[in-house]
Amino acid sequence: MNSVNSANTSLRIHRRLGPRIANAALAVLAMVIVLGMAQIVIGSGRIRWNIIVDYLFAPAVLNGVAMTLMLTLVSLLGSMVLGTVLAAMRISRNRVLETIAAGYVWFFRGTPVLVQVVFWFNLGLFLPQISIAGHSFPINSLITPTTAALLGLLLNVSAFMCEVIRGGLIAVDNGQSEAALSIGMTPTQALLRIVLPQAIRVIVPAAGNLAIDLLKATSLVYVIGTREILGTTQSIASQTFYVIEMLIVASLWYLFLVSIASFGQSRLEVYLARGLSTASRELPRPNLG
Amino acid sequence: MQDKHQDDIVSMKGLTKSFGAHHVLKGVDLTVRRAEASFIIGPSGSGKSTLLRCVNSLESYNDGELWVEDYLVGAEKRGEQWYEARQRVTAARRARIGMVFQRFNLFPNMTALENVTAGLRMVLKQSRREADDRGRELLDRVGLLDRAGAYPAQLSGGQQQRVAIARAIAARPSIILFDEPTSALDPELVGEVLAVMRDLVREGMTMMVVTHEIQFAEEVGDTVHFIDGGRVAESGTPAEVIRASRHARTSEFLARIR
Repeated sequence: MNSVNSANTSLRIHRRLGPRIANAALAVLAMVIVLGMAQIVIGSGRIRWNIIVDYLFAPAVLNGVAMTLMLTLVSLLGSMVLGTVLAAMRISRNRVLETIAAGYVWFFRGTPVLVQVVFWFNLGLFLPQISIAGHSFPINSLITPTTAALLGLLLNVSAFMCEVIRGGLIAVDNGQSEAALSIGMTPTQALLRIVLPQAIRVIVPAAGNLAIDLLKATSLVYVIGTREILGTTQSIASQTFYVIEMLIVASLWYLFLVSIASFGQSRLEVYLARGLSTASRELPRPNLG
Repeated sequence: MQDKHQDDIVSMKGLTKSFGAHHVLKGVDLTVRRAEASFIIGPSGSGKSTLLRCVNSLESYNDGELWVEDYLVGAEKRGEQWYEARQRVTAARRARIGMVFQRFNLFPNMTALENVTAGLRMVLKQSRREADDRGRELLDRVGLLDRAGAYPAQLSGGQQQRVAIARAIAARPSIILFDEPTSALDPELVGEVLAVMRDLVREGMTMMVVTHEIQFAEEVGDTVHFIDGGRVAESGTPAEVIRASRHARTSEFLARIR
């Protein structure tokens, strides 16, 4: 309700209490529900918190963390290379290359990563050996839980990375490459020096989500016996029966790693967004320190 | 090439272009002389922009001849034969032709100065210092030296288009192509861009301008070509084409946009 304030010539708008009370009530209700659920978990008395503390930094668990990081980083870097090649094939005018890349994406995006990992692990069943340059290698010596996990994750995430990179390239206005060509750049120069740097801005958020998904998807490979975070904590759990505690240890590590990845991603996005604000303020310094 | 005038920078003979079944250019004959300000007017969809984009190979043509200076666009000569031009030959030719786009197409991740010097640094491989000196001189010419460090998003449309003009003339091209340079601007910003173009005309820059600014064409143009339905319907001085058009289609069009 508005009323003219006589002491002041301007109109004064009175506050209404209704919405504020409703908001406060909702907040209280939400907190009660959350605390109640926490009470059920923590207050059960069945979780041995000291066990979690004991195992969080146990050497076996730390080895698992290292394995998870290795699987994630190698798959991620590999997928950037393979994904860029596939994306370039998909936007090329060569119909054969385009079809091969599209087929790759269709297959590896269309089957579950767990199925792919198990498939690579069992590759020796139908391909007992492979010949490269006249040398013959038995598959079973090449395919270990680690290499099978890497192959499965890398090939799978590459299909998604291809789409992320292609999406980024398509998102850059065609006028940008026309302007680049008009000042005398070759098509390759225009792509690498003008289009790609702008596409990166679109690619990073999506690729960051992909990296975080990948980090957690590495837990799937414990089914073939790879000793990453879930694999090591599950094997400790099966010997000690600290089932819930070991799951919490694994979750804490995943949360920690994902938090670091998210932080890095947001810093990178801030850096890449320079020049895009319409405000004529001092622009963010181009360093990550 | 026998009837090609020595002073011709661009010369089109029976140029045709179609997108699938849609014929955009149906045999265009048109020449642009050195130091000439040549204006191309006509209804939307008449093929004006396509015509312009053929000159620097942003668009290919199907038939006819298109000469720029001494070469056939899209082709290179080996012995007595013309072969398809290699990408780097086309790129080197484009560097000698400036182009200003309707939607500016500045590089958003570069400052005004970096935009102007992009071709000097990345194509002509000039040193940063040499390019920056030339870049500042150009920004000064378009009245934007004080905004050298600004990114395109921090500039008005008119300022962006002036930076784009500076970028187009940075490598001292032999001709500049303007593709509706003021069509995407707010009305009050059109004047500042036209002022920069007027200066270029005074300096004797050769240019082809596709525009709807009829008054401006009348004021500074040496020749005006009225394009209709993929053909040049009428060519001549502004006085001939705009004030005393001989074709009904031309007067109809002029009456509609005035």
